[in-house]
Formats: sequence, C-alpha cells, structure tokens
Amino acid sequence: MQLEFLAEQVVNGLVLGGYYLLIALGLSLIFSVGGVVNLAHGAFYALGAYISVTLTQSLGFGAAVVISPIAVALLGILFERFILRRFYTADPILSLLVTFGLAMITEQAIRMLWGPAPLSAAIPQSFRGSIIVGDFLFSRYRLLILAVVAAVLLGVWLLLQKTSFGRVVRAGIQRPDMVAALGIRLQPYMTAIVMLGVGMAALGGAFFAPITIVHPAMGAEIITVAFVVVVIGGLGSFWGVVLAALLVGVVRGITIHFVPAAGEASIYILMFLVLLVRPRGLLGERIEKFE
Amino acid sequence: MTRYSRRTLLQASAALAGASSLGFPSIVRGQGDKIRIGHLTPLTGFLGTLGTYAQLGIRLAQEEINASGGVMGRQLDVLSEDSVNPATAATKAQRMLDQDGVSVLMGEINSASALTIMQVAERNKRLYMQIGARSDALRGKNCNRYTFHVDIPSTVMVNAVGRALVRDNMMKDKKFYTLTADYIFGHDLARAARAFFDANGGKVAGDELVATDVTDFSPYLLKIRQAKPDVVCSNLAGNQVTNLIKQYAEFGLPYPIVGFNLNTADAWAAGQGNLSGTWPTVWYHTLDVPGSKAFVATFTKKYGKVPENHAWIEYISLKMMVQAMAETKSTETDKLIPYFEQQTQFDILKGRKGYFRNWDHQLMQEAYPFTVKPADQIKDPYDMLSLGAAIPEPNESLETIALTKEQNPCAM
Repeated sequence: MQLEFLAEQVVNGLVLGGYYLLIALGLSLIFSVGGVVNLAHGAFYALGAYISVTLTQSLGFGAAVVISPIAVALLGILFERFILRRFYTADPILSLLVTFGLAMITEQAIRMLWGPAPLSAAIPQSFRGSIIVGDFLFSRYRLLILAVVAAVLLGVWLLLQKTSFGRVVRAGIQRPDMVAALGIRLQPYMTAIVMLGVGMAALGGAFFAPITIVHPAMGAEIITVAFVVVVIGGLGSFWGVVLAALLVGVVRGITIHFVPAAGEASIYILMFLVLLVRPRGLLGERIEKFE
Repeated sequence: MTRYSRRTLLQASAALAGASSLGFPSIVRGQGDKIRIGHLTPLTGFLGTLGTYAQLGIRLAQEEINASGGVMGRQLDVLSEDSVNPATAATKAQRMLDQDGVSVLMGEINSASALTIMQVAERNKRLYMQIGARSDALRGKNCNRYTFHVDIPSTVMVNAVGRALVRDNMMKDKKFYTLTADYIFGHDLARAARAFFDANGGKVAGDELVATDVTDFSPYLLKIRQAKPDVVCSNLAGNQVTNLIKQYAEFGLPYPIVGFNLNTADAWAAGQGNLSGTWPTVWYHTLDVPGSKAFVATFTKKYGKVPENHAWIEYISLKMMVQAMAETKSTETDKLIPYFEQQTQFDILKGRKGYFRNWDHQLMQEAYPFTVKPADQIKDPYDMLSLGAAIPEPNESLETIALTKEQNPCAM
C-alpha cells in the first residue's frame, strides 16, 4: 500500500513540475540568450492571472486563457525594447535592480488597478472534480494543465531545434560574437524570446488562477521556485529545466508524504545538493560568456 | 562583452530575491501637537490581504475621530506600517516608541509578530492593544500587564465551530484529518482542537503541519484521500485557507470540510461554489445590529467594497482606545491600563457590549459559527455566508466560551 501511495505522489509531483516548468523555462531562455536574470518574470505571471480572471467574467475561461498570455507577450515587446535591451552588456547588477524594481512597480500597479483584496476565480464547470485511473486520483483540471504544458513544451522544442529561428537562438546562446560576425542581429530574436518567455509565464498564471489565490504578491511567490528550478536544471539547457521542474515537483511531493513540515524546504535542500555536486546544474552547459 | 561570472550573478540574484521578502514600507506621517499611535500590521506575505483591510479600518476610525474634533482637542495621528515579520515588527515597534514619539502601540494579525511586539511593550512599559492575532498563548503563558487582546483566541473559535459540529452529529466517533499552519498560531489552534475532540469524542486520523508559504496542497490532498477520514479540518491561516479551499474543490474529495479559523476575505477569495462546511467568525458585515450596519455603509461608501472582519476589529479598537484616552484625559499607559482593567463596557457594534477581562486582558465578546449559503441564494460575491446565532446565548455569560483560568495560565 505504502508503495502505491508513494507512486501516486510521484505522479502528482510530475504534474506539479509541469506547472513550474511554464514559468522556469521562460526565465531560463531569457537568461541564456540575454544574460539577464529577469526578476520581473513573476510579475508577468501575476499579470497573466489577473488579466485572465478579469476576462473570464465577460468572455469565458476558454477565451481568457488564450487572450491573456498574448496580451502579456505584447507587453513583453515593450519590456524588451525599452528596458531590458539597455542592460544586456551592462553590469548584471543593474539588470537585476531594474527587473526587481519593475517587479515591485507591477505588484503595486496591480494593487492600485485591481485592489489589494484577492480576486475570486473558479474552475470552469466542465473541468471540476477528479477522475480515478487504477488507484490513482487525478484532478481533471490538472490533467488539462498537463496537456497544455506538454503542447507548449513540444512547440518550444520544435521552435528551438527545427527552425532557423531556433538555430540562431542556440548559436546566440553559445557564441553571440560569431552570430554577429555572420551579420545577424540578435536583438529581434531577443525580443521574440522575451515575448515567448513572459507569455509562457502569463499562461501559467492564467491556468493556475482558478486553483490558487490570486493576489498582488503572487508573482513574488512564484519567482523563487522558478529560479530554483533554473539553477538546478542548469543555465542554457532546455532539458535541464524540464528535468529540474519535474524533479522539484516529485521531491516536494515525496517529502510531504513523509515529513509534511519540510515540504517547502526540500526544494532548497535539493538545490543545495545539486550545486555541491554539479555547480553548473544538472545539465548545464559550459557557456563561455558566463564563465 | 564584459561580464561577471555566472557565480556572481547567482549570488546577486539570490540576495535580491531575499531582499524582496522585506516588503514595501508604507509610512504615513504627521506632526505637531498630535496624539500619535503606532500601528503595525502585515501588509505583505500570507496575511497581507487581511492587513490591508485592517489598515483601511483603522484609517476610517481615525478620520471619523479627527472630523469630530479629535481626542482632548488634539488630532489623532496613526502611524501605520507593514510589520513584515516578527523580527522587523519588534524593531519597528521599538523605533516608533523611541523616535516617532507614539503614545501607545496597536495592531497585528500574525501571532508570532504580536508576541515580539508584546515583549517590546513590556520592556518599555508601554500599552499595546493587540488587535488581530488569535493564538491562545499570547493571552496565556505569554501574557503581560501591558498588552490587551481584542480578537477571539483560538479556543473560542474551536468552541464556536465545535458546538455546531456536536449539534449536527459530526463530532462523536468521527475521524478528523487536520491540516495545521506551521507557526505559533496554527500549533495553538491544533492544541485547542485536540482538546475539544478529546472532550467530545472526536478522533484524529491524521494531523499534518503545513508551512505558511505553501500554495500547492495537492500532496496533502492525496494523503487525506489515503487516510479516508470522516471530516477534514483546517487549522490553517490567511492565504493557506483560500488555497486549500480552492484545491479541495478542485480534487472533489467526498469528505466534508470544516475549519477552526477563517477570515471573510479568505472566504471571498476562494470563489463561488468552492467553499463549504462550518467555520467560525468574530464578525460579519451582514450582522443585524444598527451600529454595525452604519459602519458597513460608511466603509462601503468610502472604499467601494464591504468591510472584512479585520477592518471591523481595527475600527472598534481605535474607538475603544480613544474612549479610554478621553475618559482618563490621558495618553499615559499607567492611566489607561486601570481604565481597561475596570472591565469598562465598550460598544463593539455587536448585539452585546464587550469588556476586557481583568486577569488576562482578553476582550469578552460574542462569536458566530457560519455556514455557506446554497449557490442559488447568493446575491453577490460578498453574500456567500450565512451567519449562525451568536454564541454564547443571550442568557449566558460572555465568559462561557472564553478560556478558563485552568486553560489559560496567565500570571501578570
């Protein structure tokens, strides 16, 4: 019996890991290409949730979760062109300060626009409840999230591996100077990467709004976990982030099964152990510009 | 490109992420010959939602008092800040006394922060009206002469809901699975709950501690399903409650859920159709008392939303403090303490008046169990709760639901 319970926690952890992935993957991409740790990433997640909840009231859930990430991705263009772009070659401390400041401004702006009280959001009727497969319990809504994450993941992977866009981006991560020497400007690619990254964060926010509290500080709560996932996975590695997100979800689930009080601490302990053994993270590549 | 190493970057980001937990300062200052009151409440973190309501409540009271001429002809100046965490709360309280010249301290929701402010009050021999923290220990073994407690303590909330459960045949021989917030308040609530179960034949099938920053409850829900309890019981706080309720509804577990702590803002945030069960409250905006209705009307007009229980409690707390200052014609702690200790009756916008019990400085007042209205009876998102009759009953003493001297080891 014990083993079955454990297996259930592992499967549930994988599902949860998928959700972390939506936020962490964008954070990792933006860092890998631009060399900027986007501390405002959580703010876009929060905006995604708020816009989605607001739109759900008039347009319904289906339309809201599509429009909200697109709207946030468009905001991402402004963010990249007018703010982030100035800091790619600057002292990293400056970009950290700027994105941190932006995160605070966004949080306060949300408080002013939507008020400090949490928004109320519910799961659409058709996805309520759970289904039981074998002896495992799955929330129907989380299975929907899992399907969305899998689709997004496949899309991003194809984009990076099979398109000329992806080739330039991957080359830009390893050898930006060489890409420049070939006469390719990386900046439009960076704009696209930021759009993609913050759009994914917003998608995460939109899908998680019905099952978690929607309040102004929700972005600050998620950024730490996302950051841990990126560090564990290793910078610049697509599969590293995927692996790390799933691992974090599973380790947290198993820890809660045995020592509930240590659930949240477990992911930091995991990060600590991984960094001790592999300072570049699980699948982190040696990237010259960051060494 | 010139760059710092990856390592530097990681260190710096970690430092900044850490700094983000310090929160925003929210400083409201005034000067002159005003009576200053130091007010601390969490505006960020898992109790931040409640704290923002608290701040609106005390501001409304301040404006009303100042508009009607202030206290002893002097204007009131409430210096209100984010208490952030227990250590920062104590530092800010000390600074308010040393540098900002406040006469008394008020506020708090977080029991751990309230405890550190109580220590500051005692060290400085200055009055502290502890408004919104509910841990029994604060008025029990940690009580001190300088602190007065307004909100209902854990045991009273347990009694309010527990009595309703006994009445509904949901206590004797039932297996409870409890989730407990992992800090002083949750531990306290769990202890009170266990005492009630023991006394009334309830059984505990499982009890898990939940860190205050948990947002995903799915692993806990799976454990609950494995344990197959009769009733799930929440001893959680703040955002935890909202997240649990949302995800409990998401997973659709068949066991009824009850809880010994819920603030109405947490219930509103849970969304329609998600909340069920029986919960306790200290006040609700539909309370049928003229004073309460007037307060709700003024608050709603000013802020565009109905007040939450923390807004109400801050409002009546400042009114009580001002009444004490006006009656004693003093802002001195030595004059104010005896005034409260005489068990002076205060209008707290409820059916019955309240008073601070002299031996543990706890406000004696009514409490209410509430249940959730069926979906078709809910008129607006704020109208989801159906308030039960006040406990204790009108012919009983207010002290019947309070902690007894044996339960509350307070020695001042």
